[in-house]
Parts: sequence; structure tokens; C-alpha cells
Amino acid sequence: MTLFYHFCFYLFGLVAVASACVFVTRKSPVAAALWLVNVLFCIAALFVLLDAQFIGAIQVLVYAGAIMVVFLFVIMLLNLGEPARIADARGTLWYIGAGGLAIVVLAAMMVRLPHPLPIETFRIAADSLVTEARATGAVAPVAVPLFTEYLLAFEVTSVLLLAAVVGAVVLGRKRNESDAGPASQPGTAGTGTAAHAR
Amino acid sequence: MSGGSVHQALSVAVSQAVPLPGSPAAVAPTFDLHIPSQLTLALGPDIVLFVGTTVLMLWAAWRPDSREHQSNVGRASLALVFVTMAAVVGYDLAHVTAGPGVIAVDAFRWASDLIFLAASAGTIALSIDYNAREGILAAESHVMVLFATSGMMLLAAGRDLMIIFLGIELMSVAVYILAGFNRRSARSAEGALKYFLLGAFSTGFLLYGIALIYGATGSTNLTVIGDRIHLYSLAGTPLVTVGVALILVGFAFKIAAVPFHMWAPDVYEGAPTPITGFMAAAVKAAAFAAFLRVWLEAFGDVVYQWHDAMWFLAILTMLAGNVVALVQRNIKRMLAYSSIAQAGYVLVGVVAGTTLGASAFLFFLAAYTLATLGAFAVIVALGDAGETQLDIGDYAGLWTTRPWLAAAMTACMLSLLGFPIFGGIGFLAKWYMLQAALEASYFGDAKPQVELAVMIVVTSVISAGYYLRLVTIMFMRPVRADGGAAGNAAPRAGHLTQWVVGVSVALLLALGLAPAYLVSWTAKSAPVIANRPTYLLPSSAIPPR
Repeated sequence: MTLFYHFCFYLFGLVAVASACVFVTRKSPVAAALWLVNVLFCIAALFVLLDAQFIGAIQVLVYAGAIMVVFLFVIMLLNLGEPARIADARGTLWYIGAGGLAIVVLAAMMVRLPHPLPIETFRIAADSLVTEARATGAVAPVAVPLFTEYLLAFEVTSVLLLAAVVGAVVLGRKRNESDAGPASQPGTAGTGTAAHAR
Repeated sequence: MSGGSVHQALSVAVSQAVPLPGSPAAVAPTFDLHIPSQLTLALGPDIVLFVGTTVLMLWAAWRPDSREHQSNVGRASLALVFVTMAAVVGYDLAHVTAGPGVIAVDAFRWASDLIFLAASAGTIALSIDYNAREGILAAESHVMVLFATSGMMLLAAGRDLMIIFLGIELMSVAVYILAGFNRRSARSAEGALKYFLLGAFSTGFLLYGIALIYGATGSTNLTVIGDRIHLYSLAGTPLVTVGVALILVGFAFKIAAVPFHMWAPDVYEGAPTPITGFMAAAVKAAAFAAFLRVWLEAFGDVVYQWHDAMWFLAILTMLAGNVVALVQRNIKRMLAYSSIAQAGYVLVGVVAGTTLGASAFLFFLAAYTLATLGAFAVIVALGDAGETQLDIGDYAGLWTTRPWLAAAMTACMLSLLGFPIFGGIGFLAKWYMLQAALEASYFGDAKPQVELAVMIVVTSVISAGYYLRLVTIMFMRPVRADGGAAGNAAPRAGHLTQWVVGVSVALLLALGLAPAYLVSWTAKSAPVIANRPTYLLPSSAIPPR
């Protein structure tokens, strides 16, 4: 591997780890969520370094994009109040314990890494995928099964999402004033629906 | 890809050696499910229902909420359900079959579909009257019932764990929303939230189990899983055992088997009454249909791993459901525990693991659906606005004020109890279940489940304590001074509610007198595994009697 590759790997890897550390130590939830975005971007970059451009793009779109936006919305809408009051109130012992555990896991991984036993088994399966990906682009190995073998599941997922959206709108919309009680006067039209296309 | 070709070669070999058991004349079309257009055709009734649902969804949103609009959308939904029913009957009569693939095209699917569609037709009819009375103006209520029914039909069809998972989710998401549809009721909201949280939790179990099974066998297709477990002797390996156990927990949540039933009473009590009936009848039946197919098609060889767990689940469910129902005062809670107990009886059909068990299962589900629907229809018919009178004591003297409704409720209670003649097919349903338990066999060896049969009888006697108490209260107590449900001046039940009560009780009694149709229908519809010789589901039908 080239020097450039190593440089990029260590750059993004270190930024990811550092951002993750900052992320778990922030007291304000909004700041923590923004640091998490940084972590997810760096991981997306690592995916690209691994020749998995598609997963990298999806990582940015789904995790750093959609999911983080929902996180931030929830945090801001809940308006939890003083960061100091809601912050994780665990003591120093917890910090030391969590940090120690992380170091142990990291050490175990570094000790195991020179003898990566299962990697060879995975490589056989991965090689065919890599060949295919080189030939047709990174998206095709994902797209082709999605629209052939799993076509029905794909379509049913869209129906599921449709049902969930309709239900969320029905439960979440503003209550009609005419909807005020059981057995109210018949024939009163509501005013709450969005589509007044009569 | 190699797995698929192994499977195809295997299925070709088997289908050459063993002609499709019970398959009709060779002229019937056989769908190749790997071709999208043929897959679409094989999903015909499902697509009819889904397209209709989408159109109704747009129509429901198009106009502002009003009583007429709610009623009109409801009636159109009812018509759509009947059209779908016609499509299902058409497919059933055409004897279509299909090769291996993500969905099954067999009589078991059509029979289950008819049960779900009948239940959702009853639910929509009840909802039209109930929503008008309770001032629930959102026409989407009926659309959500249709979405849930689409999910159920997928559950009956699914031959792939992914499709089954998506079917369960589609059904559950729609029912979570329906459970909380009465937004003025705090109980409704509480029930919906509990149902949603516990449902999501159980989905986690199910999904984890599916992942482990995929890890062990490399496939999500039920027949392929069954083949590979058989070929590579995977039964008893940790991955398969844990996966099967997790999937069992996931399904046990959905069918509310003890000890995974804690959500059911609160949710059943809080949900709008027609939806409670829907959950008790159709949702449970759909989860059972998928359960049976997964268990018999994929996990047949793992029988010694799941048999004991399922056996205890059945015993506990029968016992706890019936005993706890004895002390319930609220009629919806009582019926909730009753439905838990009935799930125990249905589990016996799965434990039996024979064709007889599978047809007893269908027969029992048909009887149970009719009786449950009838009982909830009577509750809807007797309810006042806001449903304040759900105590059993409120039904005192019903016979003197509303004799027809009292008689209908009695028939439903006796049917759930398993009483001959006056209980209609309820008696025969329990009879077949007993027979299935006594004729259970594994790998061709007869293993009569005498304990289960004894437990069915004993718990049925216990259940008389609450089913008959309601009957005596209706017939032998005078109307209470404050009126109660029997004496209140509530307007007469809507026409659709009357129809649901009448049709379900009439079917219950008529089929009880002439059960031959239902017997032959359920016997013919027991699932047949086309691709693999299996000890569980031989081609023989119920012996004629």
C-alpha cells in the first residue's frame, strides 16, 4: 500500500477515535450529536479506503444524514433544559472502568491482528464479490439481488412504510374540533385535514 | 447462488420421484416464482387488495372528515374485502400451484386468507357503526384495517422468513395504530403504546432468531432451510437451537401465549371494541398461520428441540388463560383472557404436527374467529357512547330486554366453551383438536399427546366458570336498577352490526349442524410441502366419518 493510503487511513482513523472520545464526553446533547456526525463521516471515508464506495456513500446519506437529523430534531424538540442537569451523572469510577474496558478490547484486537484466523475464510467469499464489484461497479452487487431475488421483499417494505406513514399522520394530526366527543351532532364536517380539495 | 442450484436440483429430483401429493389435474397452471410477472400473478388476490387499499387511502384523505365520508369509505372497504374474497376463492378453485420461491401457492394459504378476510369484513362493518357512535371521524380507520389484512395475507403466503417478517410488521404497524385510534380515550392510548413497545421488543427476538437461522443455513427460504437442516444434520447445533427458540419467542408474543401474554389484556381492553375483535380473531389467526408454516416446513427436523418448549407453552397457555379469566369483571378483559386460552388450544394443533393437526388447526381457527367476531359484535351492539358499561354485571337481564342479542351472545359463549349443538362448531373444533392430540406422531412413530388432551378437557371445564357465568347473568338476573347495558336507552344497533351478529352466529350454528363442508375444506387445505418428502404432512386427508 502506498504512503498516501496509510496517511489517509491514520488521518481518518485518528480523527474518528478522537471525535468519538469528544462525543461521549460532551455535556450538551446537540454538541455530542454533531461530534457523532464527524465520527460517521470518518467511518465513511474508511469504507471508501476499503474499496466500498457504495457503503461509504450510504453511510453518509443514511447515518450522517437521515438518522442524525432525526436525532437532532428529537433533541431540539424535547428541549430537555440545562445540559448540566441532564448530563450523565456517573462518577469517576465509571469513566475509568469504561476507558479501561476500551483499552483492553483494543489491546486484544491488536494482539489478535497479526494472526487473523477467520480472515482467510471470509476472503474466499469476499474475493468473488470483489471481482464482481470490480467488473460491474460497487453498486451492482447490491442492486442486482435487491431487484431480482428480493424484489418482493423490497416492494413489501415500501407498502410497510406507506402504512406507517398513513398511520403516523392519522394519529399525529391536529384533532378536529367537531371531533370533540362521542355522539355529537351528525353531519358536521371537520376542518383538520390537509387536503381540502372538494 | 450454489445454494439455490442445490435446492433446485433437489426439488426437481424429489418432484420426479414423488408426485405432488394432493395436487389436482396437471392442467392447473404452475407459476415459476423466479419470473416477476408470474410472481405477480401468484400474488393476485394480495395485489387486488393492495391496489384497492391504495385507492381507498387516497379517497379517505381527499375529503374532509365527516360522518358520511367515514361511512362511505367503510362501505367501499367492505366491498373491496368481498372482491378480494372472490379472487381468493377463484384462485382456490383454479387449483393453481407454484414452484419453489418466496411465496407459497397452496390451499392452506387460500383457506387462511378466507378466515382473515371474513374477520376483517366483520371488523370493518362493526367499525362503521362504532366509529359513528364514538365520534371517530377519520376514515383512515378502515384503510388501516385493509393494510393489516394485506399483511396477514402475506403472512399466509410467505415461504421466506423475510416475507413473513415483513408481513408481521405490516400487520402489526397497522394494528398498533388501530389500537390507539380512539384519541380521546386515555386507555386506548395506553394500550396502543404498550402494544407498540412490546411488539417492537418481540420483533427484535424474531429478527434475531431469523438472523441466526440464516447464519446456520445460509438461506431465509423455508423449504431451503428445511432441506439444509435435514441434509447437513444441523438439528441440535447451537445456532439452530437458539435461532428456533428466539423465533418461537417472537411468535409466542404475537399469539399471546403464556408467559408472553402480558400485553394482551390491557391492549384488548383499551382498543376500540371492533379492533379488539380484530386483534383477537384475525391478528392471532394470521400469526398462527405463519407460525404453522414456519414450524412444519422449516423446522420439521428440529422437532425434538422445540417439542418440549411448545408443549409447555400450550399447557401453560390453556391453564393460565382460563384460570385468570375466571376473576375478570370487565367483559373485554374476560374475552382477552379467553382468547389467550384459545391460543393454547390452537398450539396443541401445532404440537401434534400431523396433517390432522394442521386441519384441526384450520377448523379451530375458523370456529374461533366466528365466535369471537360474534361476541365482540354483541358488545358493540350493546355499547353506549363512550362504552361505560362493560362490566359483566351490566349484562344482567339482557334476555328480557334484548332477547336476540342475549341468544347470540349465548351461542358465541357456548361455542368458545365447546358446547354441542347450541355452541355450533365450537364443540367439533375441540373434538378435532382432541383427536389431533391423540393421534400425534413424529417421524412416523405414534406419540399420542394424552396429557395435552386431558388438559384440553380439564381447562374447558374451568372455562365453563366464566362463559356460563355470563350466560346465567344474562338470563337469570333481573335488570339492574340503574339499567346497565341491558336496560339503557341506547339506540338500536346499526344495521351492519346486526348483520355481523346475525351472519356469524348463523354460520356458527349452521356449520355445527352440517360440519362436512368445513371438515372437507380444512382437510383439503392442510399445507402440503411440495419440494421435500416430509414425515409431518403426509398427503392423506382426514378420514371420513
